Amino acid sequence: MKTRFSLSQKAGLLSLGLFAAILLVWQLLTLPETHVAAANVDPEYAALMGGGGAKAASGFPTPAAMAQTVWDKLSHPFYDNGPNDKGIGIQLGYSLARVLGGFFLAAVVAIPLGFAIGNSRVVYQAINPYVQLLKPISPLAWMPLALYTIKDASASSIFVIFICSLWPMLINTAHGVANVKKDWLDVSRTLEVNPLRKAFRVILPAAAPTVLAGMRISMGIAWLVIVAAEMLVGGTGIGYFVWNEWNNLSLTNVLFAILMIGVVGMALDSLFGVLGKRVAYQE
Amino acid sequence: MTSPSIHPFLQVENLARIYPSPSGGEPVTVFDHVNFRIHKGEFVCVTGHSGCGKSTILNILAGLDSASLGNVFMDGREVSGPSLDRGVIFQSHALMPWLTVLENVAFAVKSRWPARNKQQVREHALRYIELVGLKGAEHKLPSQLSGGMKQRVGIARAFSIEPKMLLMDEPFGALDALTRGVIQDELLKICAETQQTVFMITHDVDEAILLSDRIMLMSNGPHARIAEIVNNTLPRPRDRSAIHKQPHYYPIRNHLVDFLVSRSKLFGSLRDAPDAPSSPTVFDPADLVESDVEPVVVHTPPVGKPHIHLVNA
Repeated sequence: MKTRFSLSQKAGLLSLGLFAAILLVWQLLTLPETHVAAANVDPEYAALMGGGGAKAASGFPTPAAMAQTVWDKLSHPFYDNGPNDKGIGIQLGYSLARVLGGFFLAAVVAIPLGFAIGNSRVVYQAINPYVQLLKPISPLAWMPLALYTIKDASASSIFVIFICSLWPMLINTAHGVANVKKDWLDVSRTLEVNPLRKAFRVILPAAAPTVLAGMRISMGIAWLVIVAAEMLVGGTGIGYFVWNEWNNLSLTNVLFAILMIGVVGMALDSLFGVLGKRVAYQE
Repeated sequence: MTSPSIHPFLQVENLARIYPSPSGGEPVTVFDHVNFRIHKGEFVCVTGHSGCGKSTILNILAGLDSASLGNVFMDGREVSGPSLDRGVIFQSHALMPWLTVLENVAFAVKSRWPARNKQQVREHALRYIELVGLKGAEHKLPSQLSGGMKQRVGIARAFSIEPKMLLMDEPFGALDALTRGVIQDELLKICAETQQTVFMITHDVDEAILLSDRIMLMSNGPHARIAEIVNNTLPRPRDRSAIHKQPHYYPIRNHLVDFLVSRSKLFGSLRDAPDAPSSPTVFDPADLVESDVEPVVVHTPPVGKPHIHLVNA
């Protein structure tokens, strides 16, 4: 019996069991309460009171209703019926485009700058106070400044993503570059490797696992921040969708959006996990 | 041969390393008045206790470190930085773990001859990988190799750039005795083939005797110096299983061991004068009267089995 299931099979079974349990609790919590009450109350009166029957239970959807919504939304992810009614694919697309835009801008700045900081004690000590001061600022605090200077809501949210992805990449790159083993640098010195070749063939591969870990952290933060940023600036994106559906009091759609945010975040994270494995090395 | 005494291949003059004292007192002189010469094709070992500055001297020769005083000349030119003319074999092998064996060696080859195309670089690298007996392992990563194999890659990499001089900092210090013996034999063979000039640091007396033409003995620091130089007169080719039967073997070995056990400590106090010249005494077993050597040497030690030397190592 012990050897019949592998570790991952056991974990999978446990996961499924947990899922079933969550569904059950969810179902129980969203059972129509009015069944009991309805026995003592005149159905016409109940209908007058704005509920009646199963519908009156609560605004919270049952698992079945939720599944129906997920199915409907996912079967038409890219429809566009005007500003307040777009498919989930379109909304996620807007958010992803902003996240990737801000993220890559940040990478373009942070990785070379991190290289410089990691390579030189002087540059490190000169820039460190700024990093320490700017790093703990909530990226959303930059939003008014961005809106005022950039004057474009969408570009401002990209700027906010840029600011929040900058620090982990910068710090990790600097750390990775500063901690390249002296032996490898000595080897390239005795081989008279020119600086550019040293940077790309020795320092970059040596620091790559640390740099990629920084990118992974940045991407995680960027995906967290985009939802809040889009709630503020509005218009398009998954964050706006959540806020809009809250205004519509459609908890089903809000729940659906939450689920999608989680799925996309997980996909982004595992993408960087795969990239990280590719550049990892074992000494 | 051109007169080697006038134009030595490597000349080290009055080398010193002085650290300012951390507490602001007297500066600490690790070594000073270090003078020696190495001729082309010579294999020179340096030994001495930890802290005498052997590794610093090697790093200065490599151009990775700089001396507080003194100069190093190689081939008539002053050494002022690292160069492809001097290959270094690091104790920690220093392979890049993200590159395969072939890529590690090819990286060095490409650095030496940037104009060569991929195929030429590959063939050149493979030749040296084969030389150290790693054919078939060229596509493995360093993490998939044993310690001995990693150090062989380090040797292949250093030889592949065909340096004028090879510098080795205790290259086999991290290896087990059996592996060390095998790689020493290979190094002996490769050096004989390539007539490589070598400067090597070792703590292992038997290794020094097996490999070197001369052995420089450093006294203990501070103010460490090259106290004695031993001419290793054992004939080549040398064979680890028969070397101890050579009449000069035990005089040399005893001389080295005696130095490390006792004389290395005395030396510093004898030469405390700051202007004391560094003219190391030269020990040459050939100077010993043959009749002095024979009875002492051949009969006292137990008839050696080859593995004894591995154990001693």
